[in-house]
Amino acid sequence: MVKKTIHEINGRIRDGSVNVVTAEEMVHIVGELGAEGAAKEVDVVTTGTFGAMCSSGVWLNFGHSEPPIKMQKVFLNDVEAYTGVAAVDAFIGATQLSESLGMEYGGAHVIEDLIRGKSIHLHATSHGTDCYPRKVLDTTLSLEDMNQAIMMNPRNAYQKYNAATNGTKNTIHTYMGSLLPSFGNVTYSGAGVLSPLSNDPDYMTIGAGTRIFLGGTQGYIVGQGTQHSSGGGFGTLMVQGDLKHMSPDYIRAANFTGYGTSLYVGMGVPIPILNEQIAQATAVTDAGVTTKILDYGIPSRDRAAVRDVTYEELRSGSVDINGRDVPTSSLSSFKKSRLIASELKEWITRGDFFVSMPVERLPKDISAKPMKQTEGIALVSDIMAVSVVTIAKDASVYDAAKTIMETAFNHLPVVNADNALVGVVTAWDISKAVSQNKFDLVEDIMTRKVITAIADERVAVVARRMDQDSVSAMPVINKERHIIGMITSDDISKLYARRS
Amino acid sequence: MKIKINISSDILTKPIMAESILETGVLLNISQAHYDRSQGEVVADVDEEKFDLICKSLTNKGARVSKLNTPIKWDENECVECSACISVCPTKVFSLDDDFSLIVDESKCIQCGTCIDMCPHNALSLGNNNNR
Ligand code: SF4
Ligand code: SF4
Repeated sequence: MVKKTIHEINGRIRDGSVNVVTAEEMVHIVGELGAEGAAKEVDVVTTGTFGAMCSSGVWLNFGHSEPPIKMQKVFLNDVEAYTGVAAVDAFIGATQLSESLGMEYGGAHVIEDLIRGKSIHLHATSHGTDCYPRKVLDTTLSLEDMNQAIMMNPRNAYQKYNAATNGTKNTIHTYMGSLLPSFGNVTYSGAGVLSPLSNDPDYMTIGAGTRIFLGGTQGYIVGQGTQHSSGGGFGTLMVQGDLKHMSPDYIRAANFTGYGTSLYVGMGVPIPILNEQIAQATAVTDAGVTTKILDYGIPSRDRAAVRDVTYEELRSGSVDINGRDVPTSSLSSFKKSRLIASELKEWITRGDFFVSMPVERLPKDISAKPMKQTEGIALVSDIMAVSVVTIAKDASVYDAAKTIMETAFNHLPVVNADNALVGVVTAWDISKAVSQNKFDLVEDIMTRKVITAIADERVAVVARRMDQDSVSAMPVINKERHIIGMITSDDISKLYARRS
Repeated sequence: MKIKINISSDILTKPIMAESILETGVLLNISQAHYDRSQGEVVADVDEEKFDLICKSLTNKGARVSKLNTPIKWDENECVECSACISVCPTKVFSLDDDFSLIVDESKCIQCGTCIDMCPHNALSLGNNNNR
């Protein structure tokens, strides 16, 4: 039985006799010496991770202006920060987008620019009060001008994360990167063997107050992160650290095409080896961390799992999906994760960093709930129009024009002899045909590629498709392609208008 | 060297490539071909000295030919070596070294641009590729 205390380990850090290894090195040591031998030998195991962590941001205190202002709205380089707290405090979040540059520049970029020593423009407005008379403020600030700049990330360092693929026929752009059609690639995130929480999944040493590596400087774990779901192995951390001492090597802004901005955060957690259970836990390998590959083509919270997969398979460069070899790539950087684990090891060995016991351990066996939605989830069948006027494909353009005039429907689904949908013709198609002096059959002028919906789809999903394909109405069809209804953008607007 | 041949829809059904190859005797090693209703796009390897010959012949038949000689540009300062680009590149330009450093073999690049959308750190870009 090995039993060490934090106090003893810190003593060794002080006198230079401490033995620190990275979580990768620990795998071999436990393999060679067993858990008990390794626990005797090793005092601290360092972990590291460097990946996109959207739930990140910085609390800033700007100091008071003359005359003073109680900020009601504040923009940093045109990115809104939240200032619904005291007069000159604001939280700049990583994913907030620039008012003028959109997805190209966001809160994450403001944070990186600050760390790089760049000046940023601050614009604030207020309604003005007796104690804070100023209504508008514009100034330029850099990091050293702020009183405090405290990185405060509500949810970082996921224990592990789902891998992503795409079963649809089109490329989709997600926070997991570009996902090619027909399971064309798989992306994943997380450091596996080096992942902080995977190396102490029972939270024997990690908790509120644990001193960590954050962004190139010392930071602290505040406690469980939001959406902490330790029961399913998806624990998270809330962390804080002083932005003024962080480095752009470990904090980087990112842009995900079609999604927006995010912040790459470098974090490392030291795990003091107090006994052999802890030593055993830190021997976890890539093969020992299993996650699921989810189909991000399914626009729902409940995405279907394509298969289970280990980080070892993901890291190998390809995984098997339905008998095909599909290339994988990581969104987080394993090289940087390694760098962080070794840098932290270096700090401890040098005596610059001491380990700590948490004042409170992270909660175990809890799970995050999905949102309670009191409105119910509207389906296409709830709001579609069921009386639909169609036209036969061998009808004349003249007939189509007449039908549109008589019914005031703008979109006429076109059907064949079996009553199955083969196209759509709009008032616009007809005007175009007439202007070109084409008085052919409907089938010659109709649009053949029809965007359709099915009755039990969710309205929000259909609305997004309408938007993407810029159509204003869709026929609702059944398996036989018979038309059972019509859903229009007007119906959808009405639904949302009713609710707001 | 790599070239790209674009064929517009009006001449898409004609055997232009075969005719040009027969006419000039220049061999084209086709590495990618993509046709849809609006156009055809073919990427091929050709002997550098014979480029002018085949280019002229194809251009005479209505095709557009461009040299793929400005491959993907990699900005090492922006890159964090995540490896996201690896799984989307059709020609395996990117790979990871044993120590997880990114290796970029630009000579394989066919300038499709897919990796540019993928890279979260704006580390990849394509210059102007329309120099004929
Ligand atoms: S442009 Fe296309 S071929 Fe070239 S590196 Fe990027 S993905 Fe690969
Ligand atoms: S996706 Fe961009 S940042 Fe990631 S490895 Fe490729 S070039 Fe580097």
